[in-house]
Amino acid sequence: MLLPLLIVIPLLCAGLIVFNPREQARYIAAGGSLLSVVLGVAALMAFDWSKGGTDQLNFIMDWVPSLGLQMSLGTDSVSLLLIALTILLGPICIIGSFSAIKEHQKTYYAWLLILQSAMIGVFCARDLVLFYICFEFTLVPMYILIAMFGSSNRRNASTKFFLYTFTGSVIALAGFAYVAWQHSMLAGQWSFDMAELGATARSMNLHQQSWVLLALMAGFAVKVPLFPVHTWLPLAHTEAPTAGSVILAGVLLKLGTYGVYKFVLPFVPEAMLEYAPLLAVLAIIGIIYAGLICWVQTDIKKLVAYSSVSHLGFCMLGLFAVNSVGVTGSVLYMLNHGLSTGALFLMIGMMYERYHTRSMKEVGGLGSHMPIWSCFMVFFVMASVGLPGLNGFVSEIMCLVGTFQSGPWTGEAGATPGGTFGTLGPVYAALAGLGMIVAAMYLLYMTGKIVWGEYREPEGHHEHEELPKDLNAREIGVLIPLALGCLIFGLFPAPLMKAIEEPVNDTIAYVNAYNVDGTGRHTEWVHVEHASHDDHADDHAHDNGHDDGHGDHADDSHSEEDEGH
Amino acid sequence: MAERLAYLWPEITLFIATCVVMVIGLSPSAAVRKLCPLISGLSLAAAGIFAIGTTPTVAEGAQGLMPGMLPYAKAIIAVVGIMLVMLLAGTVDRGEEEELETGKRIFDAQRLTGGEFYAFFLFSLTGLMLTASADSLIWLFLALELTSLPTYVMVTISTARSKAKEAGIKYFFLGALGASIFLYGFSLLYGGTGAVNLVEIKNQIAIQLAGDGLNPITTAGLMLSIVGIGFKIAAVPMHYYTADVYQGAASPVSAMLAFVPKTAGFLALILLCAAIGWNSGETGHALPETIRLLLWVMAVLTMTLGNVLALLQTSMKRMLAYSSIAHSGYMLVGLIAGPGATFTESGISAIMFYLLTYGIMSTGAFAVIASLERAHAQRTQTGELAYDEADSIEAIRGLARTKPLLGWSLVICAFSLLGFPLTVGFFGKLPLFTAGVSAGETPLVVILGINSAIAAFYYLRLVAYPLFDEAGDEADGFVTTPIRTRTATGAIGAIAVLGMTVFAGPIIGLAHESVSPTLDSDTHTDDGIADEPKLEEPETIAGQ
Repeated sequence: MLLPLLIVIPLLCAGLIVFNPREQARYIAAGGSLLSVVLGVAALMAFDWSKGGTDQLNFIMDWVPSLGLQMSLGTDSVSLLLIALTILLGPICIIGSFSAIKEHQKTYYAWLLILQSAMIGVFCARDLVLFYICFEFTLVPMYILIAMFGSSNRRNASTKFFLYTFTGSVIALAGFAYVAWQHSMLAGQWSFDMAELGATARSMNLHQQSWVLLALMAGFAVKVPLFPVHTWLPLAHTEAPTAGSVILAGVLLKLGTYGVYKFVLPFVPEAMLEYAPLLAVLAIIGIIYAGLICWVQTDIKKLVAYSSVSHLGFCMLGLFAVNSVGVTGSVLYMLNHGLSTGALFLMIGMMYERYHTRSMKEVGGLGSHMPIWSCFMVFFVMASVGLPGLNGFVSEIMCLVGTFQSGPWTGEAGATPGGTFGTLGPVYAALAGLGMIVAAMYLLYMTGKIVWGEYREPEGHHEHEELPKDLNAREIGVLIPLALGCLIFGLFPAPLMKAIEEPVNDTIAYVNAYNVDGTGRHTEWVHVEHASHDDHADDHAHDNGHDDGHGDHADDSHSEEDEGH
Repeated sequence: MAERLAYLWPEITLFIATCVVMVIGLSPSAAVRKLCPLISGLSLAAAGIFAIGTTPTVAEGAQGLMPGMLPYAKAIIAVVGIMLVMLLAGTVDRGEEEELETGKRIFDAQRLTGGEFYAFFLFSLTGLMLTASADSLIWLFLALELTSLPTYVMVTISTARSKAKEAGIKYFFLGALGASIFLYGFSLLYGGTGAVNLVEIKNQIAIQLAGDGLNPITTAGLMLSIVGIGFKIAAVPMHYYTADVYQGAASPVSAMLAFVPKTAGFLALILLCAAIGWNSGETGHALPETIRLLLWVMAVLTMTLGNVLALLQTSMKRMLAYSSIAHSGYMLVGLIAGPGATFTESGISAIMFYLLTYGIMSTGAFAVIASLERAHAQRTQTGELAYDEADSIEAIRGLARTKPLLGWSLVICAFSLLGFPLTVGFFGKLPLFTAGVSAGETPLVVILGINSAIAAFYYLRLVAYPLFDEAGDEADGFVTTPIRTRTATGAIGAIAVLGMTVFAGPIIGLAHESVSPTLDSDTHTDDGIADEPKLEEPETIAGQ
């Protein structure tokens, strides 16, 4: 019953907000989200982590039997971690908005809570239609949050956001319907159970899989967003209220990568192998192109928004690598990006509340004026850049290493030593690695402008009536959980990796099934296991790689070489 | 003949109510006159109950082409009909009653139109129910015309403005054109098959298909019939009247036009296609290639044109008119897909369910528009009172703030029209997707998907204007109508749209059952239709 409660409680609180006076809205919202945190912790404890790949905490109820639609909830460790991220960001967003939202408070907090329900629904849905319903429904709260509480260009931004994502998901629905129909022909009855549909989808031939891949990617790529359908994101991010941006970056974008992880990889593995190079090229273009755009931004919020496009390119690349290092890295990336970029948006929001500008030209040298804010800012920028020891590094390097080792699938001659099954290769990793350099450039450039140097403030600036010059206790309290998360996941990523090992390997196994009779045309690349065990994050993932039984173990010397990027 | 009466209790009820309403509408006592809408509503409720309670089921030996369809079809007609009565109440008689009350006019039975208006409405619904019962071409034609003829008058007298008269004339002439086309089609169909009874036509067509294929006269007859009936559902190329007529008529009447003729048209199309036989197509398609191609082109053009033109409108009534065209296009996808064993595979069940959802959500949206009117009634040149309703989209700016009930009703109905999850519109559209894909019409389904996305552009205006904008000068000029039932209709529409997602299961089950017994004769042979000519096998889908 934990999962349905996690969905229902925010909804109930949203209902309470509607029927209570305006002044109490924020407290009800905060209380509701904190209650969710308690339940979330209970869910984390109730979950049997040793069987992370099995769906647990299941809940099934018939909804529309004639459509084969069930209220079917369940979660494996990957979904549960994403649920945990969603729940963690809940109170942070709500408490973080106390001073920023003055008007229409009831609407604001009610929709934030409804949004949380919908997002949790996406992650724990085990029925395809239920997934789709929640996936789509996240649009409405976000649309309203941006359109009502955003900055000057909000109408345009919200409309663009809605239309882009809606269009993509309707096409994805056609793909899902196709898979469901195939299933009905094989099984003799209609079902939207995700596990059953996955089995059917995998039995389709390459031609069918390719079309389904195209349809599903139409839905998920827009959400991620992948170049060239990313254009809605900078606008939406820039115009959204702070909490909106945090949730957008923290969770909503992950719905796209989660969709790729949960549907594209297990449903159409053959087509994925076939088209991974093409998709990877799009991801790499996204990484570098968006990175370069970041470099010329003067609006900090826009900069961080574009950096999301760039960063999620890595996340997608890890998924397209279809090996356990890459996919593990990618799942970690989903969590880590949620923490660090979410935090960056909060930081920018806090600055904006005080200076009413987001332009680097007007504000600068805040190190002397807002030392606490500056400390956090530098910390989260470093996490985002990928400083070793912080969370961004682990996942980013794993995505790159995964890409490096992935393939080449065909052609033994000149094959990559240490390669695993997949269709990408070192060239992709090298190009994407450039993106890391670009990321360092634009993020450090921004930090330099904002934090260091001579103090600059916008013309006519005066102190905020309520807020102190530097962060107050509420704001610090909101940032600390995120900072701790960044630090802990950066220093001790191993438990996390262990937790997601099983589901990730299950997913990889579907792809590896195409590794014909285990020879996989790349048996010669398999190397003897290295004895060395250092603290490198990716090393652990290599150990995980054993379990899928295909002997695609990687060569450490190459991964270390890669880390030099 | 006598046993046929068993099918017709709903129609008989409505007809009696029609007569009653027509008479008491002329009563000198205002209190009696005001009973008209109430009697109309009650008679519809009774008709709905009769439809469920007295119509013989297949198990009881019901015969005909689609005997199982009647109870469900008539029940949804009754349900949406009740919503429409609530919306129509006061449309024409309000000005008259006001003047009589204030003594500006003396009672003159010949000049009263209120009673007639309700009578025409009930006539139209009688025709609609008769369409569902039709078992021969002649009955079908008469029923379709009984559905349409009263609507021409209703459009014309719906407001005192001259644009309503223009709309009425336009509607009448184009309607006559449509009727003549499908009547010509019917006569060719008779020429090609030698029968007017639908079951006999079905047998003849089956014989032709088993031989050299459909003979050209039958084919021409079917195609002309489909195109002609396309007028009723506002399908391209017979859609021209839609926007002008919807805009010219009073909003309650537009709401009625969006549901009543469309439902009649789809019932007729389903009957015609059932007469062709659902497994008569080549390469696994439900329908013969020529018919399928015709419907395919009509579907694509109808939804695309409808949606694209709706994008360009600034008048809400025109926008909803074009969106009504687009929705017909969506439902045509279900017709092309044909029936199937399960709800998800059956395009016909999808249409039956979609008709109900569309009826509710579009009536809800029109009700909101109808509830907004200019603060003071204007006097037309002929000296009658005219209440100008909102039409320009500017009128709904900030509606959710100034008039929350209306605003949110509109927003919810717009989301449902868009087919958004957690509204019933999604459950309406999903089976069209799955049925289309099951029938191997994946390209059509993709076009349907893209069209849904285009539709998002204009439905979002109906969401964004009320929710996010400040009410401007234009919007300030409108007040909520004093007619309570109208605002209530909008709210009922919105609540139903949300509530039906919870109870979608049983309703969908009914929709599917209503059309499925006819599809699977084998399982029902014991149920008394053994003596019937062999009905078609459940559609088998050739694997791709």
